[in-house]
Amino acid sequence: MTGADLPLWAAWLVSVLAVTGAAFSLTGAIGLVRLKTFYERVHAPTLGATLGMALILCGSMLLLSMLEGRLVLRDALIGLFLTVTTPVTLLLLARAAAHRDRHEGNPDAPPKP
Amino acid sequence: MRAALPYPLLSAALALTWLLLNAPPTPGQLVLALLVGLAIPHVMRALRPRSVRLRAPGRLARLGIIVLYDMLRSNIDVARVILGLRRGTRRTGFVAIPLDLREPFGITILAIILTATPGTLWVQYDSDTGRLLMHVLDLTDGDAWVRRVKDRYERPLMEIFA
Repeated sequence: MTGADLPLWAAWLVSVLAVTGAAFSLTGAIGLVRLKTFYERVHAPTLGATLGMALILCGSMLLLSMLEGRLVLRDALIGLFLTVTTPVTLLLLARAAAHRDRHEGNPDAPPKP
Repeated sequence: MRAALPYPLLSAALALTWLLLNAPPTPGQLVLALLVGLAIPHVMRALRPRSVRLRAPGRLARLGIIVLYDMLRSNIDVARVILGLRRGTRRTGFVAIPLDLREPFGITILAIILTATPGTLWVQYDSDTGRLLMHVLDLTDGDAWVRRVKDRYERPLMEIFA
């Protein structure tokens, strides 16, 4: 099957999944600009790394499965590895910020755990 | 058996990953997947990873469904906060949670869960006191967050990794 033979419902579903996922990722990017403090900002990009990523990958898996005429689950690995590795980056960022804020005695520094 | 398969879960995961990457499976790829699953865990031995013991696999599936639901809901909540659709004043702040969970794999999964739900950020965990410091984007009630993490995630994790 080529792209031109894709049934209309599948084309719509893939488009809706991809655009909704992209919209969540964009919202996360807007959050980086709009939110005020560092700790608030770190929440924003996780939108793209969780639901945004999941929706886009579902769209991609559906499209590839339809085109190749069999179940293609390869993209799920992208989701798995993103999910497992994102916390490492966020944890390092949060730890570094907490250390700096405490060291400089900033008023919004996190309390000791 | 132990000598051939030091980490059975790792072997299975590696073989499955190989097959997913090289789908559709052919007899040749099946043999390669088997080889990858058998050989690589022996290399991992040098790193001496702790072996995982899953006590309640059924609860893991239920926890996965709960986390998927929370992920969906918190994504929508955070998107509303960012786009200014949330009414009323919003407070943001830190919550300290005393954790009873001490198993390293359980704590790792908890970190992944809290990161996968956008409104919560894992800031610091003190392994001596078992206290976790978390930042919450929409902090209406601190105690509710402590209960939510303990009841929804920590208790099932303690049952799964005991």
